[in-house]
Amino acid sequence: MLRVDSLHAGVGGKEILSGLSFELPAGQVHAVMGPNGSGKSTLAHVLAGRGPYEVTGGQVSFEGADLLALSPEERAAAGLFLAFQHPVEIPGVANMYFLRTALNAVRRARGEDEVGPGEFLGLVEQKAAQVGLDRALLQRSVNEGFSGGEKKRNEVLQMAVLAPRLAILDETDSGLDIDALRVVAEGVNALRGPQRGFLVITHHQRLLDYVAPDAVHVLVGGRIVRSGGAELAPQLEANGYAGLLGPQAGGALAPLAS
Amino acid sequence: MSPLTALLARGPGAPPLWRPAPRPGEASWLTDRRREATRWAEGHGFPTTKHEDWRYTRLDDLLEIPFEPAGPASSAAEVADEVAAEVAAGLGPHAGGPRLVFVNGHLVAERPEAAGPAPGAQVGSLARALEQTAWSERLQSLWAPARAGYDHAFRALNDALAADGAFIVVPAGCAVERPIELVFVSASGGPPVLASPRSVVLAGPESQVRVVEVYAGAGEGPVLTNAFTQVVVGPGASVSHYKVQAEGTSSFHLSSLEVRPAEASRFSSWLVALGGRVARHEVGVRLGAPGAAVSLDGLFLPAGSQHHDNPVRVDHMAANCTSHQLYKGIMADQASGVFNGHVVVHEGSLGTDAHQVNKNLLLSEHAQAYTRPRLEIFADDVACTHGAAVGHLDDDALFYLRSRGIPEARARALLVGGFAEEVLARLPAGPLEAYARALVRARLGAEEGSGRPSEAP
Ligand SMILES: Nc1ncnc2c1ncn2[C@@H]1O[C@H](COP(=O)(O)OP(=O)(O)O)[C@@H](O)[C@H]1O
Ligand SMILES: [Mg+2]
Repeated sequence: MLRVDSLHAGVGGKEILSGLSFELPAGQVHAVMGPNGSGKSTLAHVLAGRGPYEVTGGQVSFEGADLLALSPEERAAAGLFLAFQHPVEIPGVANMYFLRTALNAVRRARGEDEVGPGEFLGLVEQKAAQVGLDRALLQRSVNEGFSGGEKKRNEVLQMAVLAPRLAILDETDSGLDIDALRVVAEGVNALRGPQRGFLVITHHQRLLDYVAPDAVHVLVGGRIVRSGGAELAPQLEANGYAGLLGPQAGGALAPLAS
Repeated sequence: MSPLTALLARGPGAPPLWRPAPRPGEASWLTDRRREATRWAEGHGFPTTKHEDWRYTRLDDLLEIPFEPAGPASSAAEVADEVAAEVAAGLGPHAGGPRLVFVNGHLVAERPEAAGPAPGAQVGSLARALEQTAWSERLQSLWAPARAGYDHAFRALNDALAADGAFIVVPAGCAVERPIELVFVSASGGPPVLASPRSVVLAGPESQVRVVEVYAGAGEGPVLTNAFTQVVVGPGASVSHYKVQAEGTSSFHLSSLEVRPAEASRFSSWLVALGGRVARHEVGVRLGAPGAAVSLDGLFLPAGSQHHDNPVRVDHMAANCTSHQLYKGIMADQASGVFNGHVVVHEGSLGTDAHQVNKNLLLSEHAQAYTRPRLEIFADDVACTHGAAVGHLDDDALFYLRSRGIPEARARALLVGGFAEEVLARLPAGPLEAYARALVRARLGAEEGSGRPSEAP
């Protein structure tokens, strides 16, 4: 479904991703873990098409198409979704209206019928209840004045409404209490299926206790230094990323026994 | 030719403006004031960018145009009718409230409410009121003597030239249910026209009234609208004032709204400005009695090469008064917008609560915004804030919307509409709100239904 091939990307001439490769087959959940500043969000943004990040080398194919050639809205229409680490506040645009505009834009791009306001209201209220988002927040401006947890629930709500083929969750679990964490996990698990893929960026094994990943990638210094199965997560939790480093700290990475 | 004489250049046979002739039946005090005002204008000349309050508004082009004061019969009456009908359609079906239509400052149509606006309330022509001795005497105090000085020559010119406008009187305790609609059409069939409408609202103690002023343009020729509206808000009264300025882009629009709130009164105003080549809407409020509250909101949306100037002056001169200002500008293309807000809290105005915010959005690299929020405090025990911002569309917000599949043009329109929403949301729901929203939507290319996020119930 998603194939990232020696991806180089950066901003303002500074390289952040330095030849990153992995493959995410349809039907799988892959976790990406790594220390702060290792390039996890940059990877997410580059996949979603955000400026000012520039791709300086490598390829990304999504469902066989050249992902990097598409505009952000075309990527969304193709089925890609990014749950932001820091969701943006949009004053003056009602959350409900934004959601319906997004859904209908994607549907129109796919040649599907638009959903009318009445039908949409039913859909969104049901999904909002599932993610535990206060209905009042549907009438408010997008993310404006939302608490950190409400913003994350709102990201999960958008994911549930748009039902993407590939969802990238950028630290959606950070700063959440256990109930909210379950909501995120349930959001992923509810959509999980043979046609869908998930790239779950996280710092904590906690989320992976609820969303069993098919693979874990360790991102350090803009490169995937280690890939393994679900068992990699608890090892990282126990030993930290430093545990991945060899005896000569700061030097080459020692292979991890698996 | 000096700029003043250029403006006042008269056709052959016209009476010299610097000594206005008495109009038939005119009270002698009015003739005197008109002459004094003309002398003052001649003596002081027109404001230039050297004047603090006109720093960003160039009048060079305007002063080159030989405007003629408009007479009661308009050469563009037909096209004016069309525009008036358009405005009427925009405001929605006549809901029984009174509506007055003026062309170039002269009353042309009057649609009084079937049973009158409310018992004892009066809505009509200022010219007619001036013909009645009782009102003429009352109105005399609103034509300030020239020795008191004018803010600038355009105010003096309105004093000198205004012949008509709306005259609204609401007696004590009376609540006028439906908004009173005043439609001012600026129309020229060719020769440049100077329109000088003047309106007076006298709201008695504990009364309530809403007044809508819509300015629209018609015809090809340039018009200078030099309008002046005075609102006297009686003790405990509540007055709402709405202004939609949608003149043509070859017109100049200069206007002043002067408000005198009495003790414990409420006054709110909303401005939605779209039209004019150069458009300036001044608001001046003197809070001279305790416990009054004013709220002044504005949304200005110049595009093309339009220039919009919004001077707001609030003087807190009594205890426990509240003033709120929220002005937002959205400048497209090469347009420029100015917010020049000045709040003065005078000595002894204890318990003053004054807040002023101006935010501007630039939609192009060539658009400009000038913002000067000023707050001067000479009293203790006050709560005052002010703030200003100028920015472009937020890239993060734009990407957020696009990442959800919303095409870029649509995403931009949503964000700009969202920026305007903060002011639009403060308009009370109703036909006027719908009208203002439709005009703003048309200007911004936004779509219906995007607005009005509401607070949590
Ligand atoms: N827009 C940007 N401009 C400059 N540097 C950036 C930008 N975005 C990210 N970086 C830098 O790239 C590195 C990786 O950042 P990021 O991808 O956010 O890391 P992570 O999400 O793994 O914490 C950091 O050093 C960060 O400072
Ligand atoms: Mg990050």
